[in-house]
Amino acid sequence: MLTAERYNNMFDTDRWQEIWITITHNKSRSVLTAFGVFWGMLMLVLMVGAGNALEKGIGSQIEGFATNSCFFATERTTLPYKGFQKGRRWDMTNSDLPVIREKVQELQYISPVLFGGGNDRNVVRREKSGSYQIKGCYPEYDLIEKSKMIYGRYLNDIDITEKRKVCIIGERIYEVLFQRGEDPTGQQVRVNGIYFQVIGVARSTSGVSIGGQTAETVVLPFSTMQQAFNQGNIIHFMAATAKAGVPVKVVQNKILEILKQQHQIAPDDKEAVFTMNIEEQFKMFNNLGIGIAVLIWIVGLGTLFAGAIGVSNIMLVTVRERTREIGIRRALGATPRNIIGQILSESIVLTLLAGLAGIVIGVGLLRATGIVLSQGDQFFKDPQISFGMAVASLIILVIIGAFAGYLPAQRAMLIKPVEAISEE
Amino acid sequence: MIHIRQLHKSYHTEALSLHVLKGIDLSIEAGEYVSIMGASGSGKSTLLNILGILDTYDAGEYHLNGSLIRNLSEKQAARYRNEMIGFVFQSFNLINFKNALENVALPLYYKKVSRKKRNIIAMEHLDRMGLKEWAHHMPNELSGGQKQRVAIARAMISNPKVILADEPTGALDSKTTEEVMEVLTGLNGEGITTIIVTHEKSVADATNRIIHLRDGMIETETRKNNGIHETFLSPNNSTL
Repeated sequence: MLTAERYNNMFDTDRWQEIWITITHNKSRSVLTAFGVFWGMLMLVLMVGAGNALEKGIGSQIEGFATNSCFFATERTTLPYKGFQKGRRWDMTNSDLPVIREKVQELQYISPVLFGGGNDRNVVRREKSGSYQIKGCYPEYDLIEKSKMIYGRYLNDIDITEKRKVCIIGERIYEVLFQRGEDPTGQQVRVNGIYFQVIGVARSTSGVSIGGQTAETVVLPFSTMQQAFNQGNIIHFMAATAKAGVPVKVVQNKILEILKQQHQIAPDDKEAVFTMNIEEQFKMFNNLGIGIAVLIWIVGLGTLFAGAIGVSNIMLVTVRERTREIGIRRALGATPRNIIGQILSESIVLTLLAGLAGIVIGVGLLRATGIVLSQGDQFFKDPQISFGMAVASLIILVIIGAFAGYLPAQRAMLIKPVEAISEE
Repeated sequence: MIHIRQLHKSYHTEALSLHVLKGIDLSIEAGEYVSIMGASGSGKSTLLNILGILDTYDAGEYHLNGSLIRNLSEKQAARYRNEMIGFVFQSFNLINFKNALENVALPLYYKKVSRKKRNIIAMEHLDRMGLKEWAHHMPNELSGGQKQRVAIARAMISNPKVILADEPTGALDSKTTEEVMEVLTGLNGEGITTIIVTHEKSVADATNRIIHLRDGMIETETRKNNGIHETFLSPNNSTL
């Protein structure tokens, strides 16, 4: 418990003035002593800020992409099964969808996907044209890979059931085929030789995209694309999400099992169905982020402690140099607590000042870096440290200051006034 | 004021043991003006350090102002030094990065006197020493005599019962020695018990009582009677 005497002592301006005089009377030594802590804190702030920026940058890239999703595509079989030889090609088909919907209760959304296009100047409007990806989807696909509609709307269920010849073009395609500000909805564009009416223009909300960038993709109703481009009933790719609270792994395994049953694939054939669990990828990314953060703190605190050991070392030398002064103070009435308090306070004040300088300069550098990078690379976004980190740093500095001052203070307390005063 | 009985002090090293004080008996009353003389190694500085509670003793008794000084904690010793004793050293022992005023005021800092008040008191003491104009000068800007007068002002600021001066004129020329001795004599004239360790006969002659130490024992004592020092031999060559 803080006694009134200690409390008064702590807030005694004389005490701080005394400390300030001692620290500033040998400025170069104080600066050199404090440099290690300054550098350690600067490195910690820069590394934590950079780590945060990396996390935010990558986070912004995957923003708008459903983290509870999984995907399926076909590969050649690797095991013989039910009379089929290994190495067989197979396709997912429309008939898989109702089975999956019926048997997988945990399923939230599912969308089949067809890919096409990419041919030379396959998307044409009047005299303007370009080469772009084509993707056939269900309306649910927009709930998995979210698009921001600049004009018009996304697909709806009627587009699917009526197999409407409509399309959503990416932002970049709009810029190439249309005048700036021109409303493209209702206009016709030719995609792989067939005319489609534009119902919307999409912009990506995420840096992650399946089957090409949203800005450079024409999205068609899945059913229309199957029919218009003679794809039969095959599905190239399937995207699904799990209901809230259900691990994606559960949905993924069930769909995998159904696909294998539906297409006579050996249950233990691990290669025949390509599948990816985004939830697990995100977990891995998060764990990587935590790992980087832990590494940063270990390296940063290590640097800071190295600085503290430097402070401790130089303060030990300082105490040795100040033996006579400490002896004089003892002879004039300073108690051991006065001397310990003085050395510890000097160490803490010096460490705090150096650390604060490190924080301020570090935050300034991060801010400047953030401004420079704000126009460019989005993988490194808004490098800053949190307020909590700043407070934690101050607490760490006080602890480090006390740690650095402890040994010199103990050494100072052992100085006998009679020996100190007689020392020349 | 000071009563010592059979005081012993030895210093021990790995190689040898040195018996420095060998059963000193000594009484000094309040207001006395005493000097302690003796050859180097006679134990006079050790005795002064014990009197100033800067050092401890091995055996015997030491009473200061009625209190037995034995087995004191560092905190108690610090309080006695701060409140009862004023030190004056041969090498002045001023803190070199504090100016004269701050040096004089330092004992009051440890007495928790406010800065404003202690600076006023320190200035009064510097004024008494004729150093008011030098208050804000650093020690390296002062002459030897000025430094010693600053040290005396610092010794006086806590209104001590005893002034202990260890070779206070050892680093000064004869003229400055006279000035410093005038100051110390003046302080004693105000009733403060003053004890000076010195090699110099002229300094000792200024005091009213001279104690001669030899090999850790009191050899003789002389007291001033009508301005003339009369010598007494210790009955057992160590007790007075």
